[in-house]
Amino acid sequence: MKARSIAIAILLVAACVLPFVVSNFRVFQFTMVLVYAIVLLGLNMLTGYNGQISLGHGAFYAIGAYTAAILMDRFGAPYWLTVPVSALVCLVAGFLFGLPALRLEKVYLALATFALGVALPQILKSKGLEHWTGGVQGIVITKPDAPFGIPLSADQWLYFFTLAVTVAMFVLAVNLLRGRIGLAMVAIRDHPLAASAMGIDIAMYKSLTFGVSAMYTGVGGALGAIAVQFVAPDSFTAFLSIAFLVGIVVGGLATIEGALFGALFIQFVPNVADQVSKAAPWAIYGIVLIAFMYLMPGGVSGVIRQAWRRKNV
Amino acid sequence: MSSRPWQILLLALAVSATSVFAQKKYDPGATDTEIKIGQTMPYSGPASAYGTIGRVETAYFQKVNDEGGVNGRKLKLLSLDDGYSPPKTVEMTRKLVEQDEVLFIFQPLGTAANSAIHKYLNAKKVPHLFVASGATKWADPKNFPWTMGWNPSYQTEGRIYAKDILARHPNGKIAVLYQNDDYGKDLLKGLKDGLGDKAKMIVMEASYEVSDPTVDSQIVSLKGSGADIFVNIATPKFAALAIRKVYDIGWKPVHYLNNVSLSVGSVLTPAGLEKSVGLITTGYLKDATDVAWTNDPAMKDFIAFMKKYYPEGNVSDSSNVYGYSAAQALVQVLKQCGDNLTRENVMRQAANLKNFQLPLARPGVAVNTSPADFNVFKSMQLQRFDGKQWVGFGDAVH
Repeated sequence: MKARSIAIAILLVAACVLPFVVSNFRVFQFTMVLVYAIVLLGLNMLTGYNGQISLGHGAFYAIGAYTAAILMDRFGAPYWLTVPVSALVCLVAGFLFGLPALRLEKVYLALATFALGVALPQILKSKGLEHWTGGVQGIVITKPDAPFGIPLSADQWLYFFTLAVTVAMFVLAVNLLRGRIGLAMVAIRDHPLAASAMGIDIAMYKSLTFGVSAMYTGVGGALGAIAVQFVAPDSFTAFLSIAFLVGIVVGGLATIEGALFGALFIQFVPNVADQVSKAAPWAIYGIVLIAFMYLMPGGVSGVIRQAWRRKNV
Repeated sequence: MSSRPWQILLLALAVSATSVFAQKKYDPGATDTEIKIGQTMPYSGPASAYGTIGRVETAYFQKVNDEGGVNGRKLKLLSLDDGYSPPKTVEMTRKLVEQDEVLFIFQPLGTAANSAIHKYLNAKKVPHLFVASGATKWADPKNFPWTMGWNPSYQTEGRIYAKDILARHPNGKIAVLYQNDDYGKDLLKGLKDGLGDKAKMIVMEASYEVSDPTVDSQIVSLKGSGADIFVNIATPKFAALAIRKVYDIGWKPVHYLNNVSLSVGSVLTPAGLEKSVGLITTGYLKDATDVAWTNDPAMKDFIAFMKKYYPEGNVSDSSNVYGYSAAQALVQVLKQCGDNLTRENVMRQAANLKNFQLPLARPGVAVNTSPADFNVFKSMQLQRFDGKQWVGFGDAVH
């Protein structure tokens, strides 16, 4: 336990020093890593801890992003306010989607969520919503500057803002998953019948997990939109949802720290693949992915935990 | 020892004097030996067919470098994959500008992708040149002085149809079918602007949604309006449906078909070649499949270039003619820049192309830009379908 606290402290210090030693562009990339980490943490609650597969979390990411963009663009809302509003909107959206969808099991649920992920970009383009969403053209938003004259660049400030939200979301997740609720989620995943015999309200827990998971994704979406300064339907294709799923599996299912490793993978591996081969970047990506799965079946976290255990034996 | 500061001052003066005399001025990305150029392209993802534009441009710059470069400097194109995803375009563009320090961004592809970096590049004052998209907003020098488009805008195309209608059918009645989105509305606006106070010639407009199964009912009501001119502003699938329906119900209007749907293979053949005879559209670049250019020296040069520098590319893919031409226009801009390779001068020279004739542009379609006018192509040639191929007629229309 002590070693873990030291590791977390080192990680936090490194995260705080980072924006001062790398360029603004790299700071932007690491901001996106934090954004993805929040999303992956949310998806991992659903898939890793609760055993429900979602192929449509890109849709909640898009809802979070559009909520932030519309609030800033149409209503002149301050950027920090968009994060809790997006969280609330996605919590409700996720819970409502979860109610009927959760009658579906396993792969059927995966397909239902996939439908959501595929449909949303087209819904965003639809005529009824065009006035709000800007249609195919999307919405351009302005990046916030550091307040109170703090001597930080806009990128550095947004990084620290995102880092603060990330830490808060991780603390919340740890408390949630280590307590009764977390145990109930895992129990439902491992043996639904036994769980319900223990008095766990399965439908309610599943819907709530879906809602909380969507909320995390929405927070990530809002922060991602502010960092990228632009939202458009083309930004949220079905592939995004699949990338999130790849992220949690590579990072390590049902682990909290796995979200960080998965986020690093989503952010940087496609860039590396593009540098290796222009002709077939996704083939390189595929090879890297297969190598990861073959060498680290438990994800990056699995390998680290194994090494840790071996050392202590 | 007291003379030391003076020596330093003299040295400083001498150094600054030489740079003034040589008149070499550089912004990041330009040196005595190299010009670094950045680009994002969809090498993967849903629009990866357009990736060939980045490849043919890389190949063309290789040819320029083999021949000594531009004013002695080699061109280095850093072309990165964005998978047609705007967030990735932002990330890659920031990498190119902030980390690789390119002099400017050249031909990033896609309307959404370019919208995402429009504000950023203008705030950074980095030239955003020859945007590969047909939206009209890329020619807005007052609000976005660092952005210049490439494709003739949809409004330009609409105005050209208007001009031809006014010249040849001044007493006609016009019916319009258009796709209900930015592209369709943009083209319709150009048509109306071009008609000016004669816009009343349009007796009926009908729109369709991309989700509609057919446009049959629209065509029937357009015919019922009594119009004898039909302007068909539709993407390939709907254009083909409209052409067929117009013929099948025995309507014989003067039929203008917009440029995005001119493909013989994917529009006219499914509609029926015999039903397509007499269609009129516009073109601005030559097409390698058009027999009219078989003996054209410029087309022969292009085919020889493809064979030597980009043998895996498809000569008959119009995207390759497109990229080859854009690369040639860029080389012209850089030639005009001389040794003053600042971002400001790159923009000034891009806005100073005077009657520049690209080898693969259609006759009379010259490139003309000015500080107040960022539309690269303002003229296109009209062409008519003869049952087998498009045949250009008349001079280029402005």
